[in-house]
Amino acid sequence: MSTINIGISDLNIAKPPNILATYALGSCIGICLHDKVRNIGGLVHIMLPDSHESTKASDNPRRYADTGIAELVQLLQRNGAVKSCLTAKIAGGAQMFQTNLETFNIGSRNTVAVKKVLAKYGIPIIAEDTGSNYGRTVFFDVATGVMQVKSVSKGVVNL
Amino acid sequence: MSLKNIEELDAVQLDVLKELGNIGSGNAATSLASFMGQEININIPEVKILGFNEVAEYVGGPEKIVMGLLINLEDDINGMILYILDDEFVKSVVGTFFGKEFTSFTDLDEMEQSAFGEIGNIMASSYVNALASMTGMTINISTPSICVDMAGAILSVPSAKFAEIGDKVLFIDDSFGIGSDMNKVKSNMILVPEMDSLNKLFKRLGVM
Repeated sequence: MSTINIGISDLNIAKPPNILATYALGSCIGICLHDKVRNIGGLVHIMLPDSHESTKASDNPRRYADTGIAELVQLLQRNGAVKSCLTAKIAGGAQMFQTNLETFNIGSRNTVAVKKVLAKYGIPIIAEDTGSNYGRTVFFDVATGVMQVKSVSKGVVNL
Repeated sequence: MSLKNIEELDAVQLDVLKELGNIGSGNAATSLASFMGQEININIPEVKILGFNEVAEYVGGPEKIVMGLLINLEDDINGMILYILDDEFVKSVVGTFFGKEFTSFTDLDEMEQSAFGEIGNIMASSYVNALASMTGMTINISTPSICVDMAGAILSVPSAKFAEIGDKVLFIDDSFGIGSDMNKVKSNMILVPEMDSLNKLFKRLGVM
């Protein structure tokens, strides 16, 4: 068994017995997609809601909810997953500083955007741990489909 | 020609920011010493341009528990300052200032938290005053807001806000000796200016 680490604005897929991990999600969101029948899963760590807001000519598509999820779904399909069998578990989207400095409240905008994109693909969200004001680390066990969320204040929660 | 992101800084411009960092850190040490009633020694700060992922590694890894102090800059310079203080810094302040043994971040009471808010305020004002007096610019700072959590999660706040500008930030690594505690403690300052502001600053200083 090995743990595959996924950085900010990045994604990867895995088969059992491997575990996908992403560390210290703040306002970012980790989206775990799973095809239980074909035993394959993927994780994308997005930072911003919408690629249309980017003004850069060459930007990283994995940075955004819409393009990041699209790329992960395609990668899973190319590796045998069936879109109609995918389920999602999501974590993150916190507001770290309780202040009007975060008026743009990127965490909740990310959460709304991720749900919209998943709904567009018809992928049901079967577990979520989003919002509030603390950071989260996610381990996604592809064999069981369990998303483990670790935080300083809440400890370890299995979803 | 205007800069579009922080990676385009040339050596002279980087030196200007370093020098501002030196002056700001020196001012901060003097102000902190009078606030805390302790002698404060400071080394020449290291100034670097780092990616957000590198910053997380530099302060001890994305899951390292740290205190973040976030300050907004407005007026002639728009942007954010984020201080990352590790447990050694917090321990040294709680020990010398409150005469208490620091055990964990979660044990900090309201009084101690507000002291760190004030320390953030002093450090940011010192840096910003150095900037303002060299350039004649007007810069206002917000009161700091505090968050104790994983470094990576705290860093997601400025990185999301400034992702458009680039993945790089200006990173100033200060090393302090507080009072009789001869062990040096570190405070890391991350400055994320909007590019318009940085261009204005360089024009004012004649390095653009």
